[in-house]
Amino acid sequence: MISRQEVEHVARLARLHFEEEELLRLQSELGRIIGYVEQLAELDLSGLETTSHAVALKNVMRPDEPEPGLSQAEATANGPAIERGQFVVPRIG
Amino acid sequence: MGLDVTGLTGWRCRELLTAGEVSATELVQAYLERISVVDARVQAYLLVDEEGALAAAAAVDAKPRDARGPWEGVPIALKDILCTKGLETTCASRILKGYIPPYDATVIAKLRRAGLIFLGKLNMDEFAMGSSTENSAFQTTRNPWDLERVPGGSSGGSAACVAASEAPWALGTDTGGSIRQPASLCGVVGLKPTYGAVSRYGLVAFASSLDQVGPLTRDVRDAAVLLDLIAGRDPRDSTSVGLPEPVGLPERSALEGVRFGVIKEFIGETCEAGVRDVFASAVDAIGSLGGVCEEVSLPSVERGVAAYYLIAPSEASSNLARFDGVRYGHRTSQAADLYEMYVRTRSEGFGPEVKRRIMIGTYALSAGYYDAYYAQAQRTRTLIIRDFSQAFERFDFLISPTSPTVAFRLGERTADPLAMYLSDLCTIPVNLAGLPAISIPAGFSAGLPVGLQLVGPHFSEKELLGAAHALEQRLAVETVPPLTVPPLTVPPLSEV
Repeated sequence: MISRQEVEHVARLARLHFEEEELLRLQSELGRIIGYVEQLAELDLSGLETTSHAVALKNVMRPDEPEPGLSQAEATANGPAIERGQFVVPRIG
Repeated sequence: MGLDVTGLTGWRCRELLTAGEVSATELVQAYLERISVVDARVQAYLLVDEEGALAAAAAVDAKPRDARGPWEGVPIALKDILCTKGLETTCASRILKGYIPPYDATVIAKLRRAGLIFLGKLNMDEFAMGSSTENSAFQTTRNPWDLERVPGGSSGGSAACVAASEAPWALGTDTGGSIRQPASLCGVVGLKPTYGAVSRYGLVAFASSLDQVGPLTRDVRDAAVLLDLIAGRDPRDSTSVGLPEPVGLPERSALEGVRFGVIKEFIGETCEAGVRDVFASAVDAIGSLGGVCEEVSLPSVERGVAAYYLIAPSEASSNLARFDGVRYGHRTSQAADLYEMYVRTRSEGFGPEVKRRIMIGTYALSAGYYDAYYAQAQRTRTLIIRDFSQAFERFDFLISPTSPTVAFRLGERTADPLAMYLSDLCTIPVNLAGLPAISIPAGFSAGLPVGLQLVGPHFSEKELLGAAHALEQRLAVETVPPLTVPPLTVPPLSEV
């Protein structure tokens, strides 16, 4: 089970908003999905390392040589609001 | 003009081009015509780049034939999650509608250099999250074998496109089965390379520790060629290592002494009877080629789906934080301040499944739950890797059905996210272990394709494709669907 307060809290963290009806549906769906994945809690995995990548790599290096990248115009071409080559955002509330 | 592209392989395209029997322009025109006839029904393409494809074909035709590379002029279609410079890339999401990448993904740049021609961008589940392509924000792709059924997903557009002969080749991506499962449901070949064999640079990230780009083709030989074209270490993807050597052309025709482990956990009750029957006949075929099949148990793989639905959403919730309405894509039209702009933009731009997974991932990573969920899933991952490597001490390859069922009906699983997640039971553990795996057509159940999955040790693509080729030759499964059920609004093929 996952409480309504938890769903609202997680939505805030994820920068998402749900209408009342969606919130109720999500609460029940997340409850079922979390209930399913909780089977992992039953396993005794103490002493096992965690794996973040299946193919282990360490310290991948490359020569530190500058290469041409995107121009400012290319980098901002998809921006929804651009002024003098910069991304414009609403004021911080 | 008269070139019929139905059932054409990439290899055959190359033969026609090098013999001068068709020009690159004629070949591209034939595919564009095929798309215009069948895609109203199949709806595999989100975007057909007619102008770009014809211009690229004209450039190939302008070169003398002996100055061309071997694959110049062969057409391909691309899952819309791969960045294509100057060509809209949406991930089938409203939040990226109108996004024109200023750069090519490394795999795209490689294919461009090889002279391949891009026909267009293919439909998918939004951000590759799904197993039916029904999570696309834009359209519903149909299975060419039965238009009332799903093509699988998330690379459903790629599999349907190749099955319906709307391109000889397609690229897809596979995070938990998204190449192999649709390949299985649409009756084509789909290969997920070893994690790290192919660069992920320019692939819009879903779950970075699991994502791989790979080929969907009509046969194993084409998959090998396309893999060699895209594989390789890339300084822009520090997790890429490439392949130890090119896989070359698979030519194997016997399987004398090759040991196949049948994964016991994937052939039980969860697998429908028709799929089990086809799988049993594939096991017989392996025996007839001199291979040895024996059951093997990998107990941890039954926890694969649970581990995956913590790990993949956790990575996704972090990766998708970049969609905030600042640098690209959708931005809400009404927001008083920055926080509200983020929230409205993301709530308007993402579809329900993407939001669901962001929520699962954010929950799993949030304070107080990290150890219980995410860390426990990563330990389960260690266990799965261990089970696979122990099995590979006894077996050369592991086999199972690719999907526990044939293609399901449109809408059948959309109401139950968990039922949809379980579609990927047999494919998910392979991603968690980073192994290479291929799905090849093995036969039919009630007229619908059934795929066989072969899994190999890390970087064993050359041997894996060899074995798959031998088996494919023996099974000799039909890969051209009849496409017989046009809706009333579309004229039958004969009148077009």
